[in-house]
Amino acid sequence: MKEKIMMVVVLTMLSCLSGGVLASLEKNLKPNIENNKLKFVVGPAIKDLLTGTSNDPVTDRFKLTIDEKETNFFVGKVDGVPSMVAFELIGKGYGGNVGVLVGVNVKEKTIKGVRVTTHQETPGLGANAKDDPSFSAQFAGLELDKPVKVIPDGGGISAISGATITSRGVCTAVSMGLETYKQVEADIQKKLQEFE
Amino acid sequence: MAKSLAQEFTKGLWEEIPPFRLVLGLCPVLGVTTSMKNGIGMGLATTFVLICSNILVSLLKGIIPTKVRIACFIIIIATFVIVVEQVMQAYVYGLFIDLGMFIPLIVVNCIVLGRAEAFASKNNVIYSMADGLGIGIGFTLALAALGGLREIFGKGTLTVWGDMAYTLFPASYEPFNFMVQAPGAFVCLGLMLCIMNLFD
Repeated sequence: MKEKIMMVVVLTMLSCLSGGVLASLEKNLKPNIENNKLKFVVGPAIKDLLTGTSNDPVTDRFKLTIDEKETNFFVGKVDGVPSMVAFELIGKGYGGNVGVLVGVNVKEKTIKGVRVTTHQETPGLGANAKDDPSFSAQFAGLELDKPVKVIPDGGGISAISGATITSRGVCTAVSMGLETYKQVEADIQKKLQEFE
Repeated sequence: MAKSLAQEFTKGLWEEIPPFRLVLGLCPVLGVTTSMKNGIGMGLATTFVLICSNILVSLLKGIIPTKVRIACFIIIIATFVIVVEQVMQAYVYGLFIDLGMFIPLIVVNCIVLGRAEAFASKNNVIYSMADGLGIGIGFTLALAALGGLREIFGKGTLTVWGDMAYTLFPASYEPFNFMVQAPGAFVCLGLMLCIMNLFD
């Protein structure tokens, strides 16, 4: 009997100790890890999207809680004035989730550009949403008030041939992103002033 | 104690060098050694886990009930593996991406569990530490050697750590791709084992 109790006691103690150590470690390292993830995974896409900025958009960022979800906003400064924000959202593609990075020019109220970050689309077809710059180039300069849709749906974006679903998914994600942006525009403007 | 402290340490470097003599933990050995840098990174991560788990197992050997010892070892080892994983993500993210799945898999690495069961649970703390350090360094050296060899012939380069990269062959060198693929690892490991046996 004594042995059985020992088993339970020792295993419980070890697990608790392990949990405690790991929790405190996670708390301490979290900012660092988040930074690294942004720098290595989303960073290159952001740099590519917010070209011509004088700051590092990955370090100049703020967080907003939208519908109970935290979203990172990356700030791009042109001539010292924070005039662009980029944020990532998840859309539905053909093979799964598609991560879409949307850049908005706050001053001109236009889309700065769109980049696909992560996806599981078919190589050669849907994957072109990321690999073929001519698709994402169509989004640059669009006005925020106009709906973003592919041509068959009544919009102005010509879909990637053979990958209508992916193209539609990206468009939906961008539209969603713009809706979110309009919803929190006031908050964004307020936050941007802190970066001036 | 049959062996001295120094002997417990040095046995890991030649006499019982893990992948060659114990022939344990071959999954990461074959998987990650596509470059010297990856080999060293994986080796150091394993060494850290080995030393820490050996110390803790040795300290707790009086309390751990025999019947659940493996479960206890796994908890201890898994904790240190997650520590390594988190620290790598925080400070050497590039290496973490390269090693990927193999870092969490250190939990089930036979060498770590083997040392806990065969050595640390029967010896005192200082000896267990020496054993962990020796085996760990041996493992790192073996991975570095295997990784280096495969990288030199497979890619014509040698990356030691971070930016310390060297191009060893002129551009006209046609890389021997076979070496950096999985079967190349088997062949390489076999040849190294063979050479080691020649020396004995």
